[in-house]
Amino acid sequence: MPESTLPHSPPMWKSATALAVVAAAGAGILAGIHELTRDDIEAQQQRAVLTQLEQVLGPITHDNVLHQDLIRVSDTVLFPGDQLVEIFRARQDGQPVAAVIRLLAKDGYNGDISLLLGVHYDGEISGVRVLAHKETPGLGDDIEFARSDWILGFDGLSLTARPRQQWAVKRDGGGFDQFTGATMTPRAVVKAVRLALEYFESNKDLIFAPSVPSEAPNAAPEGH
Amino acid sequence: MTPSYRKIFNDGLWHKNTGLVALLGLCPLLAVSTTIINSLALGLATILTLSLSNLTVSMVRTLLRPEIRIPAYVLIIASIVTAVELSMQAWFHDLYLSLGIFIPLIVTNCAIIGRAESFASRHPPLPALVDGFATGAGFCLALFALGATRELMGHGSLLRDAQFLLGEGAATLQLTIIPHYDGFRLAILPAGAFIFLGFLIALRSWLAR
Repeated sequence: MPESTLPHSPPMWKSATALAVVAAAGAGILAGIHELTRDDIEAQQQRAVLTQLEQVLGPITHDNVLHQDLIRVSDTVLFPGDQLVEIFRARQDGQPVAAVIRLLAKDGYNGDISLLLGVHYDGEISGVRVLAHKETPGLGDDIEFARSDWILGFDGLSLTARPRQQWAVKRDGGGFDQFTGATMTPRAVVKAVRLALEYFESNKDLIFAPSVPSEAPNAAPEGH
Repeated sequence: MTPSYRKIFNDGLWHKNTGLVALLGLCPLLAVSTTIINSLALGLATILTLSLSNLTVSMVRTLLRPEIRIPAYVLIIASIVTAVELSMQAWFHDLYLSLGIFIPLIVTNCAIIGRAESFASRHPPLPALVDGFATGAGFCLALFALGATRELMGHGSLLRDAQFLLGEGAATLQLTIIPHYDGFRLAILPAGAFIFLGFLIALRSWLAR
């Protein structure tokens, strides 16, 4: 019988109460710390987003609050994997200046690669950065700006400055370096950037429409 | 009877080293030890968590009924790790961005609940705090040794990416030990972590024979 194995076992409700007290104390302390840190964390996150946006946009003038002027779009062909892509818009006196597109490259070696792409209104890339990835350490992670200059190779490029067949890694006959032992990673990044540029070119007016409906441009351009 | 502080340190750092003798906490140990800086960062966070959890468990040890002590420790440890994570996110945001994913990994380190059960629940707060620190330092030492070995073999360098932990000025700390080195890829991959951990355990046993 259970009673005989635990002769001094106290009533169940006492144990439950004691455990509930510990849980409540833990939750209470965490709630306090959450309250204490919430504003700081939010400010830090905003600052981090803004820093990233400024990094890919480079020195441009705009007068709107960049990280609040955004739309979310989807496109089954150019943004594969049912992703909702965020586009931040930079404007000066209401006129479009540039945009930052946050998207995922879906065909990396290991999972999604989260990218931030800054593009001027005329279609020229101002900068690209990798926000997060799970590529092989020591091989695929040279796409990070912190580890190599490779990602700077996109700066100043556009769909007109570099012909379409050149938007590939050198092994595929294109104009971008691959890494020793890691071809899939840069290939995925190059492809995602090219597709995003194509989306930007085809949907420019909708992206910068002054009053964009909450459901943003959805139509994939014909011919892809 | 409470052991002397000297014995606590000897045990934590060497005789009962968490990573190399007790073989506890291997999940974070193997996952993170690709470079010295990653290893140090997780090691420091573990020292902090382990010291705090040992201290807290020791302070409430007489209030807790034995049959609920394990779930109570789990709650305490989870709360402490979350508190450490939130504080880092608020006040050391850049550090958090480079280490953020490692911090929750500390919860998976069974050495923490192990020390709570085998030491902190039986000893007064101050020795428990010292034990948490010593055990954490021993874990940090094992991480450091494994991180240094793997970074040297895998990248031919030491202390790369020091700026993630120590700030922008520290980028110059990187030592290129083997110039023009292509890297021994296995050292950075998970399989290499197991192999080099095996060598480290063998080395420690040989030194301690």
